[in-house]
Amino acid sequence: MPDSGPAGTGMAFDEKYTVTASPHIASDITTGRVMRDVLIALIPAVLAGAWFFGARTLLVCAVTVAACVAAEFFSRKIMRRENTTGDLSAAVTGLLLALNLPPSIELWMAVVGGAAAIVIGKQIFGGIGQNFMNPALVGRVVMLTSWGASMTRWSPAVSGALFGAMPTGGGAVDAVSAATPLALAKALFTGGGLTEGLSQATLALPSYSALFLGGVAGCIGETSALAVLLGGLYLLCRRVITWHIPAAFLGSAALLTWAFGGRGTLFGGDPLYQILSGGLFLGAFFMATDYSTSPMTKKGKLIMGLGCGVLTAVIRLFTTSPEGVSYSILIMNVVVPLIDRYTIPTVFGGGKPHE
Amino acid sequence: MGLTMRKLAGGARVPHRKWTSEAAIVKMGVPARVIIPMVQHIGAPCEPIVKKGDTVLVGQILGDTGQYVSAPIHSSVSGTVANVGQMLYPGGGRVTSVEIATDGLQRPHESVRPQTYADKKDFLGLVRASGLVGLGGAGFPGHVKLNPPPGASIDCLIVNGAECEPYITSDYRFILENARSIVSGIKLLQSVLGIPKTYVGIEDNKPAAIKLMEEMTADDRNIEIVTLRSLYPQGAEKMLIYSCTGRRVPPGKLPADVGAVVMNVNSVSLIAEFMETGMPLVKKIVTVSGNAVKKPMNLEVVIGTPLRDVFAFCGGFTTTPEKILMGGPMMGIAQFSLDVPVIKNTNAALAFDVKDAKPAPETGCIRCGKCVDNCPMQLLPLFINSAAVKGDAERLKRFHVMDCIECGTCVYNCPAKRRIVQSARLGKDILRNLAAAEKKGGRANA
Repeated sequence: MPDSGPAGTGMAFDEKYTVTASPHIASDITTGRVMRDVLIALIPAVLAGAWFFGARTLLVCAVTVAACVAAEFFSRKIMRRENTTGDLSAAVTGLLLALNLPPSIELWMAVVGGAAAIVIGKQIFGGIGQNFMNPALVGRVVMLTSWGASMTRWSPAVSGALFGAMPTGGGAVDAVSAATPLALAKALFTGGGLTEGLSQATLALPSYSALFLGGVAGCIGETSALAVLLGGLYLLCRRVITWHIPAAFLGSAALLTWAFGGRGTLFGGDPLYQILSGGLFLGAFFMATDYSTSPMTKKGKLIMGLGCGVLTAVIRLFTTSPEGVSYSILIMNVVVPLIDRYTIPTVFGGGKPHE
Repeated sequence: MGLTMRKLAGGARVPHRKWTSEAAIVKMGVPARVIIPMVQHIGAPCEPIVKKGDTVLVGQILGDTGQYVSAPIHSSVSGTVANVGQMLYPGGGRVTSVEIATDGLQRPHESVRPQTYADKKDFLGLVRASGLVGLGGAGFPGHVKLNPPPGASIDCLIVNGAECEPYITSDYRFILENARSIVSGIKLLQSVLGIPKTYVGIEDNKPAAIKLMEEMTADDRNIEIVTLRSLYPQGAEKMLIYSCTGRRVPPGKLPADVGAVVMNVNSVSLIAEFMETGMPLVKKIVTVSGNAVKKPMNLEVVIGTPLRDVFAFCGGFTTTPEKILMGGPMMGIAQFSLDVPVIKNTNAALAFDVKDAKPAPETGCIRCGKCVDNCPMQLLPLFINSAAVKGDAERLKRFHVMDCIECGTCVYNCPAKRRIVQSARLGKDILRNLAAAEKKGGRANA
């Protein structure tokens, strides 16, 4: 028994102080706060999607998020693990998936896609941090291979569609269809590849300002590069992501499409058109930077961005597919462990490992 | 002298919370009993040379060892030895300690008299006799630091006044109140050991200390006051050497291998004082703070004073504390009892209530890479964490767990609140045990 403490000092006799390993203080950053920042950063893209494609896109977002959160909740429950929906990572996956879907996507497909993203893309490997492929992209690819027609049916972007009527046809199918800027570019480049029935008039390429500000056909989150850029800058400011992956991704994609994008002439391509089109901004700022599936070191991140950019350019220019962001990120996701292995930083003060 | 332009590889912007910056050092006086452990340093433990009932005087040797890497332990009080046995100590567990019932007279021992030395060897012998160990926290014997191994030579002395841990202000107050003694200690070391250059590193959140030290050394071009960025762990030995000189201590090497020796401001001052008066290391400046302490203060206490008396002197607690720390919140050791004494390398005693003491729950690593970006040693803390948890020795080696300085920067900024430092310690243990087992096996085979 310890002796009695001096009177009136608040010193108890039965001392039971908490003993933990150092450090004993921590910053207030949590996984939930990081994920909340990503959700905030996606707000401009969600709003841009709604503005150009109508209020139904908001419903798509809500349905996908709900599907992902529910899938997370139930898969944790089945595995008898603690509930991790509170860290908001499932909500982030859901929102990212929604932004990678066509505005007219059938809602039940979005539900299946969301569940696939969480279950196949994430929880099977043990949950947050354990997955090796971006869950949202896994969901998107599952949907693309399952329902190719629905996943490539693009509605035209109409400024102010948010306040217009819901598309006819029960909301599932648009009366008019449109071509994405990349499909148009590919058609002009290769002289084919567009679906029949599109009038020659629609073959006119959209302007840079339309690509940047919004108003082009495509996935919900693809229409406005500006909206995605705003979110990306927010993530950079909040230090949720670093510049390495987006810069290397956009830079290498621009360089390669510039060099090899011209018909027969070197450096005859249109890099600005290429990086503003499709999912490149969304991919570079939000998908390739996913923590679990990107490298640890700055050097590794540069390699990751570079690989994504190169693959995107190759797919866009030399395959029959107009867009390659999703596949290039997924391919690089698989290479990340290798990148991590070969970019172990030199320990402060020297090269040789400890004996 | 301007801000150092060398940037650390990483670090954390920890809160300062230096509430006691303006509190002048108060002498606490001698408690009724002191407990003096025979382990207060890195190296061989001391053997007690007193027994129950002996009368001891201030500065009298209580324990020593024949080993080189060790330092004698002196009585900090005059009184009677009440007990010699196993007692709690701040490092955790129990070690052989000497408990002394004090008489309050503080009569000095006859050995406490001005010291003289003929050469460097004599001088280093006296440094050992002073009981000096690293006062910044690690407790490495001073005479060993100052005597570089064959082949190495020291061309710069780095005096550590960085004090990058939150709450702690003991070094800051010590500089303000003992600058003269620090400078004379520096000059003494420079002349006796032939060290041409000295850097005094102080973080930029202590402008008064920087100004004072600059004034005190204005006439000496061989002493440079270096203003360090306030970035934890600026005061860690390897980081400080880099910030002041640009030299990087290689993994597994000592500062002497890059020609540097690092000493705390208290340590250089103690050497000067010991040569002048012969009074060995028997007292410490301790910052008493934390949100459960009634009156946070900077105290001068005799070594061996139990924490119970230290906190009581500061008015006790505002509420029942949840956590008691010896040292700062980043690297300090949590104590389960108030019966542990202040020892040579104690620089703070902190008490926190439930709000500040409960660790947040640990969740899954999200591989955000903040620990990698912030690690001042440029390690991959998240992989060390996972390898240690799995007990994977091969990966622990590959990720250089042995080079971890356990500063806690990674944990501080971890969104998932992973216990990375704890697992790094576990990982080091795994490798040490493995090495020991291999050595044993090798011998058996031979």
